[in-house]
Amino acid sequence: MASNRKYWKSVEELNENSSIVAKLEENEFVSDIATDEFLGDKETLEESSTSRRDFLKYVGFSTAAASLAACEGPVRKSIPYVIKPEEITPGIANYYASTIADGYDFANVLVKTREGRPILIKPNKLANGSTNARVQASVLSLYDSLRLTGPKVNGNAISWSDANGQIKATLAELKNKGEKVVVLTGTLASPSTEKLIANFAAANGNVQHVQYDALSESATLDAFQEVYGTRALPNYDFSDASVIVSIGADFLGDWQGGGFEKSYTAGRQVATGKMSRHIQIESNMSLTGSNADKRIVLKPSEQIFALINLYNAVTGENLPSKATPKDADIKNAAKQLKKAGSKAVVVTGIQDKNAQLIALALNNALASSVMDTAAVKYTRQGNDADVQQLIADMKAGKVGAVISYGANPVYTLANSADFVAGLKKVKLSVAFASSEDETASVAQYALPTPHYLEAWGDVQISAGSYSLTQPTINPLFDTKQFQDCLLDWSGSSEAYYDFLKNSWASDVLNGTSWNQALHDGLFTTKVEELAAKSIDVAAAASALKAETKGGAFELTLFASTAIGDGQQANNPWLQELPDPLTRAAWDNYLTISQADATALGFSNPIQDNGAINGDYANVTVGGTILENVPVLIQPGQAKGSFGLAVGYGKTKAMKSEMQVGVNAYTLAKGLKLVQVASVEKVGGTHKFACEQLQHTIAGRYEILKETSLTSYNDSSLDPKESWNQVTKVSLKHEEVSVNDVDLWDDQDRSIGHHFNLSIDLSDCTGCGACVVACHAENNVPVVGKHEVRVGRDMHWLRIDRYYSSELDATSEERTENVNTTSDSVSDYYNLEVPAENPQVAFQPVMCQHCNHAPCETVCPVAATSHGRQGQNQMAYNRCVGTRYCANNCPYRVRRFNWFKYNENSEFDFNMNDDYGKMVLNPDVVVRSRGVMEKCSFCIQATQQVILNAKKDGRKVAPGEFNDAVACSSACTTGALVFGDVNEEKDEIVEKKADKRMYRLLEAIGTDNNVLYQVKVRNTEEA
Amino acid sequence: MKSVKKHSRISRLVMTSLTFLFLFTFNLSAQGDAKAGKSLFNANCAACHKLDKKLVGPALGKISERRELAWLKAWIKDNNALRASGDADAIAVFEEYNSMPMSAFPQLSDADIENIVAYADADPVKKAGAAVVATADTGVQEKGSSDWISYVVLLILAGIILWVYFKSDNGFLKIAATIVLLFNIAYFGFTALMNIGVDQDYQPVQPIAFSHKIHAGDNKIDCQYCHSSAKNSKTSGIPSVNVCMNCHKNISEVSDDTQIASMGLGKAGLDKEIQKLYKAAGWDSEKLEYTGETEPVKWVRVHNLPDFAYYNHSQHVTVGGLKCQKCHGPVEEMDEVYQYSPLTMGWCIDCHKETKVKMEGNGYYKNIHEDLSKKYGVDKVTVAQMGGKECGKCHY
Repeated sequence: MASNRKYWKSVEELNENSSIVAKLEENEFVSDIATDEFLGDKETLEESSTSRRDFLKYVGFSTAAASLAACEGPVRKSIPYVIKPEEITPGIANYYASTIADGYDFANVLVKTREGRPILIKPNKLANGSTNARVQASVLSLYDSLRLTGPKVNGNAISWSDANGQIKATLAELKNKGEKVVVLTGTLASPSTEKLIANFAAANGNVQHVQYDALSESATLDAFQEVYGTRALPNYDFSDASVIVSIGADFLGDWQGGGFEKSYTAGRQVATGKMSRHIQIESNMSLTGSNADKRIVLKPSEQIFALINLYNAVTGENLPSKATPKDADIKNAAKQLKKAGSKAVVVTGIQDKNAQLIALALNNALASSVMDTAAVKYTRQGNDADVQQLIADMKAGKVGAVISYGANPVYTLANSADFVAGLKKVKLSVAFASSEDETASVAQYALPTPHYLEAWGDVQISAGSYSLTQPTINPLFDTKQFQDCLLDWSGSSEAYYDFLKNSWASDVLNGTSWNQALHDGLFTTKVEELAAKSIDVAAAASALKAETKGGAFELTLFASTAIGDGQQANNPWLQELPDPLTRAAWDNYLTISQADATALGFSNPIQDNGAINGDYANVTVGGTILENVPVLIQPGQAKGSFGLAVGYGKTKAMKSEMQVGVNAYTLAKGLKLVQVASVEKVGGTHKFACEQLQHTIAGRYEILKETSLTSYNDSSLDPKESWNQVTKVSLKHEEVSVNDVDLWDDQDRSIGHHFNLSIDLSDCTGCGACVVACHAENNVPVVGKHEVRVGRDMHWLRIDRYYSSELDATSEERTENVNTTSDSVSDYYNLEVPAENPQVAFQPVMCQHCNHAPCETVCPVAATSHGRQGQNQMAYNRCVGTRYCANNCPYRVRRFNWFKYNENSEFDFNMNDDYGKMVLNPDVVVRSRGVMEKCSFCIQATQQVILNAKKDGRKVAPGEFNDAVACSSACTTGALVFGDVNEEKDEIVEKKADKRMYRLLEAIGTDNNVLYQVKVRNTEEA
Repeated sequence: MKSVKKHSRISRLVMTSLTFLFLFTFNLSAQGDAKAGKSLFNANCAACHKLDKKLVGPALGKISERRELAWLKAWIKDNNALRASGDADAIAVFEEYNSMPMSAFPQLSDADIENIVAYADADPVKKAGAAVVATADTGVQEKGSSDWISYVVLLILAGIILWVYFKSDNGFLKIAATIVLLFNIAYFGFTALMNIGVDQDYQPVQPIAFSHKIHAGDNKIDCQYCHSSAKNSKTSGIPSVNVCMNCHKNISEVSDDTQIASMGLGKAGLDKEIQKLYKAAGWDSEKLEYTGETEPVKWVRVHNLPDFAYYNHSQHVTVGGLKCQKCHGPVEEMDEVYQYSPLTMGWCIDCHKETKVKMEGNGYYKNIHEDLSKKYGVDKVTVAQMGGKECGKCHY
């Protein structure tokens, strides 16, 4: 219940004596305005050579000059097409179905183009597509000005025909000598490309195709192949699950290619009264763990035994294992699994074939219907053994040529030096890359490939589901597709497009229309369930027991929500996207538990501007030292474990602003993400750019409401009196709900559209796709690390993260007891216990579009005003920048343009870049310095929907607004629902009437148009 | 910076009216049936035929000297049948022009055809263009009478004030004069400042002397034939060169009496302008084929809204059913387009306050309309009442 729960955002807040937290609660703008610096000092003022007369002269002159300059406007040219392409009408967007498959992210998407430029990525909902933050941001990577613009040989420019000629000659030479040619790729999952590689092998003799994933699922693939005979990953339909136990699998993140959040939330729809129960066993605090109903904290080595113990408890067998500190919880989990039977599933992220075999055996023992072995996934194909063999062969001089595509092994391999040494011995090294990355700059030939938005392609994300990629813009640079080159090198004169079309006609389409498949973006066929062989679990368990050593400190490397595997690290939208849990942007850092931090002497002092500082550590893994890694205390981190995100510390083809963090791949020895590590504190202070602390909630904990499924389903409870309590006020000496009292006259809002946005806190996983979508749709500027640090981030939509800990009777008693001793001990206790394993809630917050908006009444120039459709509107051209509105906003959602962020070399991001500017939405203004901005409810999009309806002479269809608004259309789980409350059939009407609905800080009486749905957890132990 | 000559609208008006007068009187002297024939010729034949040279089909000038009238009638009404009947002349003509069949014109009566032939036989008039250009050169440089009056009034006012200051001893008058003076300064000063950035009457010189008067006015081409995206999109769209070529593939020169009087361009000058178009489109007017060497036309934008104002043509044209002229003025009378409206926010809002929303027959408004009349008993609402006065509707 909300009443006995305490929410907090940083460990500092748990310290009641912190003066900084008190100060932050008082101030909207945390740093003082520096008026005193130039007005306070009388002496300097008097010494100043500028007299008042001079000052007035300057003012007069500049005013006159400015007005004169304004008299004449510039002459603007209007240059029409010579021959207008039939499908383009200037001012009207076109949408194309396409598919992203960059080896890491796979998704069916819709590409919005304006005047031939892609400007926004949306999920292709008709093809069951979903997008995460990286997919949303991929459109900006198209306009990366540091992409490779033409082919190069040994660093010098060369023409495509020369490059192809030379490579073909060398390949012929190698063929004659019978030397081995290796095609090293990331996960392709592309049937036509694999066919092409086979053709290439046939034409060139001794060719081997090696697939390599930086974040490898090789162990799972090996295990699955052993049992089912196919090298693939099992699929999971979590909507069917009633109990999910995950051991170290971040399946709401990037685990096995991701894409599970939709089915996960589908199985957790509160309104149905049933939710799956999700138990997460992990060491790092992951996105999945933070959404779990129960989170069990265990070190990675203990997780392995937890898996075996779970297997033993479920099946009653007695496989060799060891005890773990949480065996009671695991027994409990096993009980729930058994009870759920075929509706239960166990997933694990342990990178070990034997562990994966046990997980498969466990699911088979449960006869789990959640695990799908028919529509198996192809989103990870890497084979670790092949990769290591390749490196050994290269070093031994056994490889004649290496052609890499979709992989950057020089950056992502821990033994990158070995790879580079091997590559030097190879006669021909060719790297297909979009930028001159680490691998492309050491290979002889660096050949530029187009971005997926400029290319043709096909992907088989899961068995029976074929997707097409189509170009949505002419290539920006002198690029060629890998496939086109392979065709050329195999002696074919066919273009890849024709090859693709022909191979689909013969292998996939089965006589149906190519154009239809291209239009839909997806073509599905039926697939058969695979038959399982028996699994020798005993052998697997004993091997596991023998191998698992563990250590005092174990490091788990992971891919962060924003940067992923690091291939889009030069994307400013992703760098600026704060981590959902630590809320830190522009960085990677070692996450450490509070207890370990205290023991090792690390701390995160908060500055009075809300920013966090940290210490540096040297991390050592098996003799390799990664120096100066910033350390951040992560509540919920397993004691004796660390976490560190990969994908940072890239330096090649990166703007200097984007070269942040350390390269954690150097610690992933043997492609294993879990390593025994040791840390050592070193000198220096690191400045983090964390976002949320600047926005304190000033003790108003009712901002977040949550309850348990049991209370939700308990019909004897009145929600308004219990878990969704409404603040009461006294009116005429009677207690009434605060919503019944109003200082303002109410307006009739029943005619026309009235927009509401509902945010379901139960469904929000915190993935951040909406944040990036908002950036793309609304031309929100990127401000850089320093500005984020001082609380000047420009996110119109932020996802607040709250930690909470149940203050149950026992802990309260405990606290009381401790209080009697001394203050310092009580502080320590307060700090220690809740931070061990807190619960997490995500809360997206944007402008609440209050019907009685406090910001509107204080604007001296009426720049912000109310629309009859419910929006709180902001006229940028009218704003004079007093910032009164931001000061008066209870939700801290207004963003001030402290600087001019476009065409300003101080902010060298996409808006200061001729290519990067091409992503801007032409329907939305780019704001200038000194004006306030904020969420507009995507008024450009809702107006477009209305206009389209008017032109067609029809009503707006239900759901049309939801698909037009950036955040709600990007939301995979349906947590954000946007709509018109005056349209009965719109989903939002139901949401508004839901008993879970509440508004932020209702007691203020702002009557918001953004609605929240109380978070419900399935906390009940079955 | 704008370095364009702003023509006085009044002088141009006078000139155009003179031009009309001249043309009109001249045309009166032409033959009756040839005159009817001209309009028939322009409507039916001009796409493929000219009088003095080959186009798609042969030149038709003095055609009756070469063909029998009866044969012509038979050919024009149904040339296919004539050829089928084995007429040697008909087959020869057909083969001479790449075996491209001519459209049949069964709708033309014998009298119509006689009129057309009479027009084709008439001597083409050459003098008109030159004559009019001459008039234009001596065009009257009169000022509008209202300007005169205001100047006179101002002069008198200034005289009175000067007299009060220097000749009169009356203190009250001096104070009153000062007040009047200050009010005037304030009024004119405010007006001047408010007009900064208002580009009404802006009339830039365009790279091609394209006359909307000739196209939209004289030839009655619908605005949206060329500005086709106005009904679909936020921009009205400057037509791409291929749209121009839809007609100009066949119209390589203007008729003899076509001219842009205000710019002193007669037939010779205008034909040069059409050549500019051919250059842009990469059209070889001799070989009648595209060369592929194109070069976009860099028009100067006349109507410039600031970036922070959103305007959508289709909302106003398709939904609101406004005529283009409502904002753009009498474009069909403009040889050179100028900015007719001030395009200020006040001007937008004034119109939104007055204009009633066109709700009838639009399914979108059905419920809104019913609700409004049920609740408030109103039948008509203005755009402003529907939210057309809200900042956020145009500024985002």
